[in-house]
Amino acid sequence: MIDPMVWLIVLPLAWACFAFLLGPGRGARPAIAGLAVQLLLALQLAAGLNDSGAGAHAIGGWGAPLGIDLAADGLSVAMLLLTQVVVLPLAIYARTYFASYAAEARYFWPLAGFLIAGLNALFLSADLFNLYVTLELVGLAAVGLVAAGGGAKQITAALRYLFATLLGSGAYLLGVALIYGAYGTVSIPTLLPLVTAEAPDVVRLAGGLMLAGLMLKTALFPFHFWLPPAHGGAPAPVSALLSALVVKASFYLILRLWLGPFAPLAGIIAWLPALLGAAAIFWGSYQAICARRIKMLVAYSTVAQLGYLFLIFPLLPTEGALQAGIMQAYAHGLAKAAMFAAAGVLIEATGQDTVEGLAGAAQQLPLTLFAFGLAGITLMGLPPSAGFLAKWQLIEAALAQGHWIIAVAALAGGLLAAVYVFRVLRQAFLLAPVGDVRPVPRMLEWMALLLAAASVLLGLRGVELMQLLGVPAMGGAS
Amino acid sequence: MTSGLIFAFAGAALFAMGVAGVLLIDHLLRRILAFNLMGSGAFLVLVGLAQRSDAADPVPQAMVLTGIVVAVAATALALGLVRRFHGLTGKMELPVADDD
Amino acid sequence: MKRIAVVGAALAFIVALLAAMGDLGPAAIDLRPSVAANLAASGVEHPVTAVLLNFRAYDTLLEIAVLLLALLGILAVGNQRESGAVGPMDPLLQMLARIAAPLMAIVAIYLLWAGAFRPGGAFQAGAVLAASAVLLHLTGLMPGWRQPRVRLRWGLSGGFLVFLAVAAVLLIEGGLLRYPPAHAGALILLIESGLTISLGLILAGLFLFLSDDDGGES
Repeated sequence: MIDPMVWLIVLPLAWACFAFLLGPGRGARPAIAGLAVQLLLALQLAAGLNDSGAGAHAIGGWGAPLGIDLAADGLSVAMLLLTQVVVLPLAIYARTYFASYAAEARYFWPLAGFLIAGLNALFLSADLFNLYVTLELVGLAAVGLVAAGGGAKQITAALRYLFATLLGSGAYLLGVALIYGAYGTVSIPTLLPLVTAEAPDVVRLAGGLMLAGLMLKTALFPFHFWLPPAHGGAPAPVSALLSALVVKASFYLILRLWLGPFAPLAGIIAWLPALLGAAAIFWGSYQAICARRIKMLVAYSTVAQLGYLFLIFPLLPTEGALQAGIMQAYAHGLAKAAMFAAAGVLIEATGQDTVEGLAGAAQQLPLTLFAFGLAGITLMGLPPSAGFLAKWQLIEAALAQGHWIIAVAALAGGLLAAVYVFRVLRQAFLLAPVGDVRPVPRMLEWMALLLAAASVLLGLRGVELMQLLGVPAMGGAS
Repeated sequence: MTSGLIFAFAGAALFAMGVAGVLLIDHLLRRILAFNLMGSGAFLVLVGLAQRSDAADPVPQAMVLTGIVVAVAATALALGLVRRFHGLTGKMELPVADDD
Repeated sequence: MKRIAVVGAALAFIVALLAAMGDLGPAAIDLRPSVAANLAASGVEHPVTAVLLNFRAYDTLLEIAVLLLALLGILAVGNQRESGAVGPMDPLLQMLARIAAPLMAIVAIYLLWAGAFRPGGAFQAGAVLAASAVLLHLTGLMPGWRQPRVRLRWGLSGGFLVFLAVAAVLLIEGGLLRYPPAHAGALILLIESGLTISLGLILAGLFLFLSDDDGGES
């Protein structure tokens, strides 16, 4: 019998090692083959979940609290599915893209393999300490990808990112240490009944440390300082991976803890992440509107879009809020991967990276601009995109509970997104004398378009995702 | 007060000092040292607090061994980046802010 | 200003945390009895090794991945030669290093073997091996490493691959890393032996790939 949960972790580890053994710059084929199998495994896992409920796997056969358990409920499988869906087109994109970047490409495939293994392991783990190890796996792989083969600017961005991510996981680790001290276990299902509203102060401190550390890793305003240079300075496929997936991993973990062991303690501070999220929407959008370089624009847009994810926290006891959050993670994941992919094509073709210099590009690269525009539709939240569905659900949940201010923030964010998206499109559609446009492999354009189209069309198939999210963890708690 | 608890207290203090160091120190090597101080603090809390009744518990000890290896890996990567940074710019401090 | 704020926050945090830790009652769960009860089935006699390589072996598997990843990161960042010249070495120092290196290899083997029943194990053994390589390098007897060729790549990742392969093959037994109790000891020894060599190479690589002096490809 094939247990898809385990293979989703083992397979990327295996192809990452294999790519390393093949040598610098090689390993694209095994990676893409492995990712295709992973996508099938994730679909199989989702189908199994809909039929027979949450899955679990006791590693080593010991079972928690002595051993480490893997657990798959609706939330984790939704994130796994998003990861595999986004990564496969990006890998095909990267294979073509890196053909002309020998230095950056030398260790891309093994690093990407460890990154994806870390993400999958993170989404499946039910053990707080094991989650720390997966966080470090994801963080160090991401830093390595940002730094790979780069010049001083990229290394500076990577160093800043490294210290931010290490500070974040350090705070998380101290939280885990305090939890172990208080309860003698780090297994999430074992902790669920133990943590009550009368928990000792140590547990509250632990929760605060873990939340702060993970918010830093998710680049929530005002902890976003490291994100734009790192995401804006890396090669396009790397930026796409980081913006679409890596920041979502720590967000997922916040959600997992918030809904899980810390649920009895979380209520009182629910407005803190929401306020920071609203601030992130305005500040990120403003910076995106002002950005000179196109990739910085897209990176600041990530800061803004991450803000939406945190608007859901005051609404969380209701089911619609969680659905809105995950739908937003999907919408932003797909759209932002598409946008960075498209930005990579534009930079390749025009040979420069400013928004100004895009004048007239639409005549030469209609497909790429179409992809950018479609992704923009999702970020603005226009129907029928997944972004529309996410905002709709968020606003509905907010109004149902009388928190109209959240609805206002969400709507304003959509308008601001329109400003920065149209800034790029207007420039590209200018009837300017077309400068020197280099030919770009069509594969790059098609992959950007595929991701963008997925972000829009997902809005039509949102019901399946909602149904998947409704599958609770083993033992009834979600 | 048991010795386990004293270790945990020392760990808490080291952690806070390490965090303050990472935030305040500009020199990159010293910042890496501060990060290691922070990690060691967390490890001391993990082992010390679990052993506050003064009976050894192998589970947090094994976790700390895992954590130390992870910290070694992170330190090595940080040193590699700092070395490259130094090679490219000749500096040991990050610039105040990026342009753009 | 920032300095005062950070130091103040750190002090407040220490005070709050010490007070909270001081009030803490006994933990609800004690894993010591279940570690002791399952020690016989774990394949090793030392409880910490049993946790590291059996009960929580999955953590260790990912930990090795993190270490390999750090090495990949360093290789990916690349390094440029600065000044290649290394001063002449003291012959006495070189002689001592030549004597020490084989002794350190023996110590590593002892540590690996001892890990089953007392503090020791693959990581400690690998660290000693790596230290011997660093010692030889610093005394000018061994050049720094550049981009690894295929043999070294196998050496660096071999230990992790053995671990991963054992973990995956045991899926036939019904679970990732579920050792059959009868063979647990042998499988753990196999994993630890592979890890000792790879960890030694990785840890040495973390130093030697960063090293500056003029070495050939290795």
